[in-house]
Amino acid sequence: MLSLLLILLTSLFFMGIVVRTKSITSGRKGPGLLQPMKDVIRLWKKGAVYSRTTSFIFQLAPTVYFASIIMAILVVPFGQNKGFISFDGDFIFFAYVLALGKFFSIIGALDTGSSFEGMGASREALYSLLAEPAFFILMGSFALYTGHTSFYDIFTSLHFGSYISYALGVLATFVLIMIAMVENSRMPIDDPKTHLELTMVHEVMILDNSGFDLGLILYGTQLKFAMYGALIANFFIGSSLYYFSIPLFLFVQLAFAVLVGILESFSARFRMGNNPQFIFTLTSISILIFFGVLLIMGKFI
Amino acid sequence: MNILQTHIAILLLALAAMPFLQVKWKGIGTVIVVLLISLLSGFVALNALLGKPFEHVFEGTFVTGAIPIRMDALSAWFVLLINFTIITGALYGLQYMKAYRKEVSNLTMHCTAYLLVHSALLFICLIQNALAFLFVWEIMTLSCFVLIVFEYHKQTTLKAGINFLIQSHLGVLFLTIGFIWVYYRTGSYDFEAIKQFSVSFAPIVSLGLFFCFFIGFGIKAGFVPFHTWLPYAHPASPSHISGIMSGVIIKIGIFGILRMIQLIQTDYNVLGYGILFLSVISGIYGVMLAIVQHNLKKLLAYHSIENIGIIGIGIGLGALGLGQQNTSLVLFGFGGALLHVLNHSLFKSLLFYAAGNVYQATHTMNIEHFGGLSKQMPHTSMLFLVASLAICGLPPLNGFVSEFMIYSGLLEGIGHKNMLNILAMLFSIFGLVAIGGLAILCFTKAFGTIFLGNKRHHFATLPMESNFGKLMPMYMALLLIVGIGFFPDFFVGLLNEPLKLFSSKIAMSADLLHPTTLPKTLQYIGYCSFGLLLLTAALFTLRKAIASKKTVTIASTWGCGYVGETEKMQYTASSFIRSYRKLVEPLLSIKKKKIELEGIFPTGGKHETHPHDKIEILLIEYPWKRMKLFFGRFRFLQNGNAQFYIMYGSVFITLIILIPWVLEIIQKIIYFLNQI
Repeated sequence: MLSLLLILLTSLFFMGIVVRTKSITSGRKGPGLLQPMKDVIRLWKKGAVYSRTTSFIFQLAPTVYFASIIMAILVVPFGQNKGFISFDGDFIFFAYVLALGKFFSIIGALDTGSSFEGMGASREALYSLLAEPAFFILMGSFALYTGHTSFYDIFTSLHFGSYISYALGVLATFVLIMIAMVENSRMPIDDPKTHLELTMVHEVMILDNSGFDLGLILYGTQLKFAMYGALIANFFIGSSLYYFSIPLFLFVQLAFAVLVGILESFSARFRMGNNPQFIFTLTSISILIFFGVLLIMGKFI
Repeated sequence: MNILQTHIAILLLALAAMPFLQVKWKGIGTVIVVLLISLLSGFVALNALLGKPFEHVFEGTFVTGAIPIRMDALSAWFVLLINFTIITGALYGLQYMKAYRKEVSNLTMHCTAYLLVHSALLFICLIQNALAFLFVWEIMTLSCFVLIVFEYHKQTTLKAGINFLIQSHLGVLFLTIGFIWVYYRTGSYDFEAIKQFSVSFAPIVSLGLFFCFFIGFGIKAGFVPFHTWLPYAHPASPSHISGIMSGVIIKIGIFGILRMIQLIQTDYNVLGYGILFLSVISGIYGVMLAIVQHNLKKLLAYHSIENIGIIGIGIGLGALGLGQQNTSLVLFGFGGALLHVLNHSLFKSLLFYAAGNVYQATHTMNIEHFGGLSKQMPHTSMLFLVASLAICGLPPLNGFVSEFMIYSGLLEGIGHKNMLNILAMLFSIFGLVAIGGLAILCFTKAFGTIFLGNKRHHFATLPMESNFGKLMPMYMALLLIVGIGFFPDFFVGLLNEPLKLFSSKIAMSADLLHPTTLPKTLQYIGYCSFGLLLLTAALFTLRKAIASKKTVTIASTWGCGYVGETEKMQYTASSFIRSYRKLVEPLLSIKKKKIELEGIFPTGGKHETHPHDKIEILLIEYPWKRMKLFFGRFRFLQNGNAQFYIMYGSVFITLIILIPWVLEIIQKIIYFLNQI
C-alpha cells in the first residue's frame, strides 16, 4: 500500500523534474515542477474530438492502458512492505499486464485508420517486444540468486555481499533505466519533442487522442516512470527502516528523473534502423548479469 | 449393453442413416449424434478425471490379442476437451455449411467423416492395443483428409489434402516401426508391453523407441521441422474443420507423446532437453513466420505451431522434472502443458470460427483487403479480440494462466545445480518471452488490419454480422476462456489426477497440488483478473461520467493537415510489420517483387512479398526436386504405348518366375564348384 502512495506522490513531480533538468542544462529557467501535472489536469477537464473512423476500441484503449499501469504498480513492493498484490512469480504478471496495456494502445492507434499512427504502433510493438527478454532474464537472474520468484521476496532477500554483486546492482540499474526509457519511448530510442510525424514513435500513436484520454495516457507515462524508479529504488532499500528507506526512495526517484533529463539533453536520438540493435543489447547485458549471478553462486563448472 | 457398445451402435446407426437423410437433417443429425456421443464419453471421462478410471477389455482376434480400453485421467482430460471443441465445431459447421447446401453428396461425405473423426479421436485416447490403435489412427487420418478436401474442385485444396495425407502416413510409418519394434521384442501389442520393453532394455534403446514415436506423433502435432503440412491444410479446409483440426486433431499428437512419456522408462533428462530444444525452436519459428503471412488462416496455422511449441516447453520441463526427481517441475511442466492444450483448443478454434465469419462475409482471406470490419461485425470482432488477447497470453484470460505455470516451472528449474540445466532454462525463458512478444506483434497486426480503421477494399456485397447460430458456439468457447482466466485454481485442480500418472513414476506423494503454493498463487491470479476488470470498468465509468458533461466533436483523422479522407493512405498490414520484416529477413526466405514509382505522373507502383518456409524448402522441396530429376531419367519407360506396357508386364512376370529357377541353378553351380 505504501509503495502505491509513494509512487503516486513521485509521479506528480517526476516529469516536472525531468523538464526542469532539461531547461537548466539548456540555460532556460523552465516551467514549475508541477506544470506537467497541471497540463494533465487541464486535459482531464477538456472535451474530446474523435475521428469518425474510430470505433469503440479507440474509446476503450486509453482506459485499459491506464488500468494496466495501475495494476502493475500494485505489484511493486516497498522495502519491508509487500505490494498490494504479491505472489510467487508476480513479476511475470507485472510484465504481462503491462503488455496488455501495450496491446490496447497499439490497436487504439490502428483504429484511427491513419497513415502515421500505424507506423508508431508498429515501432512501439517491435521495440517493446525486443526489450521484454531483457527484463525477464534480469528478474530470472535475481530469482536464481535469491531463490524466490516474487518482487517482495527477491528485494528483501537481496544483499550485496561482494564486489561482483555491486557490479551486478549497477548493471541491473542500467538495464532497468534503459527498459524504462524504451517503454516510455524516451530519448535514445525516441524523441518526444520531435515535430515530424515520420520520426515519432509514441507521440504519433496518440495523435488522435484528446481530452480525458490524452490526459490518461500522459499521466500513464509519468506513473510508468515512477514505477520503474520504484523498482530501481527497491534494489537499494532492502530491509531498512522507514526513516531511512522513504528518503532513500525519494532520492533515487529524484536521481532517476535528473538522469533522464540529462540523458535527454545531451544525447541524440538513434536512427530508427539502429534501435533494434541497441534494445537487443540490453538482453545481452541481462545475460551478463545472469552469468555474474552464476559466478557469485559458484555454479560455473 | 455397456457404454462402449452403445457408443459404437449409435455411430454405426448414424453412419448408415446419413445418406438417406434430407440435406437439412444431415447437419442436425450430426450435431445430435455428436452431442449423444459426447454425453456418453464425457460422463465416463468426468468420473475418470475425478479418480475412477474405467476399463473394459475386448477379446479381439488372435492377430491383435486382447484389446484393452482404458480411460485413465490423462485420456479423460483429452476426451473432455475433444468433446467440447467437436461440439462447438459441429454447431458452428451446421451454420457455416448452409452456404454449400446444394452439394448434397459432398455434405454426406462431410458429415460422415465428421462423426468418424470424433469417434476416432475418442478411441485413440482409450485404446491400448497397438494394432487397434493404428487402425483407429488411420480412420482418423483418412476422415480428416475427407474433411479437408471438402472444396475438392479447387486445386490448392486438393494439393493441401494430399500433402496432409502423405505426411500423416509418414507419421504412421514411424508409429508402425515403433510398435513392431516393441512387438518383435516382447510379442505383445498391448501398451503395457511398451513399458516392459523400456524397463528390460538399456535407457538408450528406449530413448530410440521414444524418438521413433515422437517423430510419428510430432508430425501430427506439428513440431518444427515436421510442421510443413499444417500451413496448407488449415487454409484449405472449411473454417470449422480448421478450428477442430488446430484445436484438437493436432493435440492428439501431444496426447501420444504424453502417453509415451508415461509408458516409456528411459533417461528423462536427455528426453527433456531434446523436447525443450525442439519446442523452443518450434515456438519461435512458428510465430516468426506467422507474422509475415498475408492469408489470415495461414497466419493462424503458423500460430498453432507456435502454441505446440509452448505446450512442448511444458512437456520438456515435466520430463526434466522426472529425470531430476523434482515433483514441482513435473507439476508446473506437465500441468502447464495440459492446461495449455485445453486453452489453445479453445482460443484457436474461436479464432478460426471468427475467420470463418469474416470469410463468409467477404469471401477473401487476404488480410490486406480487410479493414474496419468491427463496425459491420461487432460480435465477431469482439470475439476475435478476446481470443487474440488470450492467445498472446495476456491477463486476465486463460492463456496467461498456462504460460504463467510454465514460467514458474522454468524459474523453479533454474535453481538446479547442473550448468546444462541452467542454460536450457535460460534459453527456454528467452524463447517463451520472445514468443509472447512476437505474438503480440502478430495479433495487433491481424486484429488491427482486419477489424479496425477504414475499409481497404470494396466488396460486392456489404459485409454483415453472422447469425446467432454461428455466434452461439463461439460464445460457448469464450465463456470457458474467460472462466479459466478468472477461476484458474478450479481448472488446475482438475489436473490433479492426470498429473498423478506422471508423478507416480518418481514419488508416491498422494496429492500433488497441495505441498506447493500453486493453488494459492492461482487463486491470487484469479483475484487479480477480477481486480483488473473492476479497475478498468471503474475507470471507464468515471471517464464516461466526466465526458458526458463535455462537448464531443467528431472529425476526421489527423493527416498532417490533409483533411480529405482516403483509405489509400491507411497503414497496411505489410507496412505495419515492415520494420520487423527488415530485422528477420536474413532468417526467413521472403521473395519480393517491387515496381518503383517513376516519372512525373507515376502509374502502377507495386510491392509484393511472398513469405516462404525455409525449412520446407530445405526438407521437402529440395529433396523432391532432386528425386524428380533422378526419376526423370527413367521417363523414357513411360512412353504411352500399350504394347510397351504389356511388355513390361510380361517381363516382370517372367522375371518373377525365373528368379527362383536362376537362383536354384546358381546354387547348383556353387555346389558343383564346392565338390570339385
